[in-house]
Amino acid sequence: MKIDRLVISSLGALAVSAGSAAAIDLTVVSWGGAYSQSQINAYHNPFMELNSDVNIIHDESAAEAVAKLRAMNEAGNITWDLVDVVASDAIRLCDEGLAMEIDFDTMIAPAPDGTSARDDFGELIVTDCFIPQIVYSTTFGYRTDVAEWGGREPSTVCDVFDLENFPGMRSLEKRPINNVEWALHCDGVPLGEIYDALGAEGGLERALAKLDTIRDHVIWWSAGADTPQLLADGEVVMGSTYNGRLFSLIEEKGAPVKMLWDAQAFDLDGWIIPEGLPADRLEATLALLRFATDTQRLADQSKYISYGPARKSSAPLVGMHIELGIDMAPHMPTDPANAENTLIYDYRWWSDYRDDIDAKFQAWLAK
Amino acid sequence: MVTDTANRLRSQAEDSVNLRRKLNRSLRMQKVRALLLIAPLLIFILISFLFPIADMLFRSVENKIVSQVLPRTVASLQSWDPANSDLPNEATFRSIYADLAIAVEQRRNTRVGTRLNYESPGIASLFRKVKRGMTKIDVSSFINFFNDLDSNFRDSEWLAREFSEPELAKLLPFSASALEYWRVENPEGGQPDSYLYVSLAVELISASKAELGELERPIADFLVKAQEQLPRLDHVNLRDAFLEIDRKWGEPTVWRTIKMYSSTLTTGYLLNSIDMKKGLDGPEFRDDSERLYIKIFIRTLVMSLTITLCSLLLGYPVAYFLAHQPLRRANLYLILVLLPFWTSLLVRTSAWKVLLQQEGVINDFMVVLRIIDDSGRLIMINNQFGTIVAMTHILLPFMILPLFSVMKTIPESYVRAAKSLGASSWTAFRRIYFPQTMAGIGAGSVLVFILAIGYYITPELVGGTKGTFISNRIAYHISSSLNWGLAAALASLLFGAVLVLYWVYDRIVGIDNVKLG
Repeated sequence: MKIDRLVISSLGALAVSAGSAAAIDLTVVSWGGAYSQSQINAYHNPFMELNSDVNIIHDESAAEAVAKLRAMNEAGNITWDLVDVVASDAIRLCDEGLAMEIDFDTMIAPAPDGTSARDDFGELIVTDCFIPQIVYSTTFGYRTDVAEWGGREPSTVCDVFDLENFPGMRSLEKRPINNVEWALHCDGVPLGEIYDALGAEGGLERALAKLDTIRDHVIWWSAGADTPQLLADGEVVMGSTYNGRLFSLIEEKGAPVKMLWDAQAFDLDGWIIPEGLPADRLEATLALLRFATDTQRLADQSKYISYGPARKSSAPLVGMHIELGIDMAPHMPTDPANAENTLIYDYRWWSDYRDDIDAKFQAWLAK
Repeated sequence: MVTDTANRLRSQAEDSVNLRRKLNRSLRMQKVRALLLIAPLLIFILISFLFPIADMLFRSVENKIVSQVLPRTVASLQSWDPANSDLPNEATFRSIYADLAIAVEQRRNTRVGTRLNYESPGIASLFRKVKRGMTKIDVSSFINFFNDLDSNFRDSEWLAREFSEPELAKLLPFSASALEYWRVENPEGGQPDSYLYVSLAVELISASKAELGELERPIADFLVKAQEQLPRLDHVNLRDAFLEIDRKWGEPTVWRTIKMYSSTLTTGYLLNSIDMKKGLDGPEFRDDSERLYIKIFIRTLVMSLTITLCSLLLGYPVAYFLAHQPLRRANLYLILVLLPFWTSLLVRTSAWKVLLQQEGVINDFMVVLRIIDDSGRLIMINNQFGTIVAMTHILLPFMILPLFSVMKTIPESYVRAAKSLGASSWTAFRRIYFPQTMAGIGAGSVLVFILAIGYYITPELVGGTKGTFISNRIAYHISSSLNWGLAAALASLLFGAVLVLYWVYDRIVGIDNVKLG
């Protein structure tokens, strides 16, 4: 009797799932954690409410996206539909022919006032395959309770290199990007001329020499969660990480940490569509993409996480954090007060020199 | 009588031959049956394991992309001396125009750019820029040149009929392939794109006039005439046009890189993985500031050996203790040894962070006990020490288990006998017990060493800068830089090093002496 009922109910469940299988499944790949959640709240759930025939499957393997996309492409079996990647990886994927080229005029919604998507995103369109979604920054956080500092607080990024006034361990990312720029900047190069200096003969050596001065006081991180943890544990007194991570450390966890916005390094995160999707999935993916990158949706995301929307037209719509109830605008890397002195990361330059500089940087680290 | 015996002997001989044949047959049948029994597994392993690995390792020498995407350029560069600081001639620039025009349509210009960028930074954006830049290059002279000769040159159908002549396709192979590509992309026909005409102009320079004339096709006369009139195209300067897109096209390095990496097989990746590079006069070492991999290889080997040794020193007494407990209690303790396997690797590694960091449990404890000063906290993580501690802990069970299973089989009476014959405890252990555990030591060491040498998550998390392994670089090239060729080369070297060590081990210890139980 009991078993019968079980069989019947499971058959029923099967029938239901078979019924929904007629709808289309889209696999959206992102970074997981609070970031994925903000996308689910701002984009995916509203989209599924409007389109009941679409079912979005969340995959959290964006960290391996580049390699997996290539493997899928070579195997001729693309199982992902929309993938969240950082801009530099998007350039790489586009170069390798692994990401689809996007026509901003037809595929992306214009701003409410009629401005074309191409103009609305402006110079944030760094490659033909990439639709920017958020502006985030890599910047420093520092502890406010360091006794040795005698009440002083770092005010510029160069205080990271000042062991005399600000002793203690620092954490920096275990790759050259941003570190060499900051090092050159603090060696006297104006922010606007960083890449000329870095590309010049001896430029990298100059940056590494500057990093040498603090090298024994650095813990090198490779995951975004490392620095917040190190700061919370008091392992380091200051460290670089993504601004959203610092936001949650400070505002959500209440750690005695402050943001140092000076010379924050802007970067972009956004979507790519893998090359070679079948027509029906491509159609559904483009519909989702159009919805998820419109002005209102991008602004909505900032209710859940402190990253700035990539569209100019979204900026005025940024509101309150949905749980903390604090005004999000001052926490955006794009906020004028925070963006007084910013490092504009040069994608083109890095796409050429990333491997070369990385090899030299790793050789320097191993010394 | 005599014949009788002879007959009997012969039949006996025949019988024995028959018997041997029968025996052989039945043995063969047995072998076939055995092979059939393992066939599913064998095929599974071949398809899902060995073949993909071989395919991946082959990438360390594979280099088809350059000659596939830039066939005309590669052919044209053959006569150019890379040691020369002069730029290649106009024909090469025309060749690369035709190559890149097709490559841009196929979105392969950036792929070849990425490949060459591994060898010479800066080429990636050079090849990316041609997509926009090439639309500005004026090649109408080439189109007009052929159309003026005969209006049939506008007609792809006519051209296709002419090029269906195998002799012509052999004489002008690149033009033939350009036409074929265009026809596949444009099935509705019409006038072919400029790259066909540029390709024709380049190939006609070196085509033999006599052979062109011998073709029994209407196009032959036009081609001979075109060849004579080619100097009319001398005013076109694609070299300057390319230099206008980017000054870098005027650097011999770019052309040297293309030429040097044009063969379908390359030693470039393998050289790179031992800190060398291809130079004009053969392989040469990289600058000091770029040398990385040999150092990391050596570090990986030394640290793996250290970890193996630490596991052995820690694991041997534990295994000994376990083997000398009553069976039921031994099983209970064994579960304790296996317990860490039930915890995620990441959790175990992070736990070591909590313990070892400067504000961590161990340092706090020592400060409270006044063993160290608060300002003199020890740095025990994000360095080699941290990696060795964490990895020894993680790999310890792989040492204990084979040791335990070997020790269990050693009768206690042997040691007792030795002692009764007058050996001291130490001598009995050294000369009787220890040699019998060699099989377990061998098995455990090989297991731990081979696992350690390919480890990557733990060194990445707790290794800092001095405690990372070669596998971390392989992972970087697989997942971040997408330089799978270099990743494959590094992996091949690692694989080779393990095989060599295995061979050495076999010579010294003997692989037959390895027992897992």
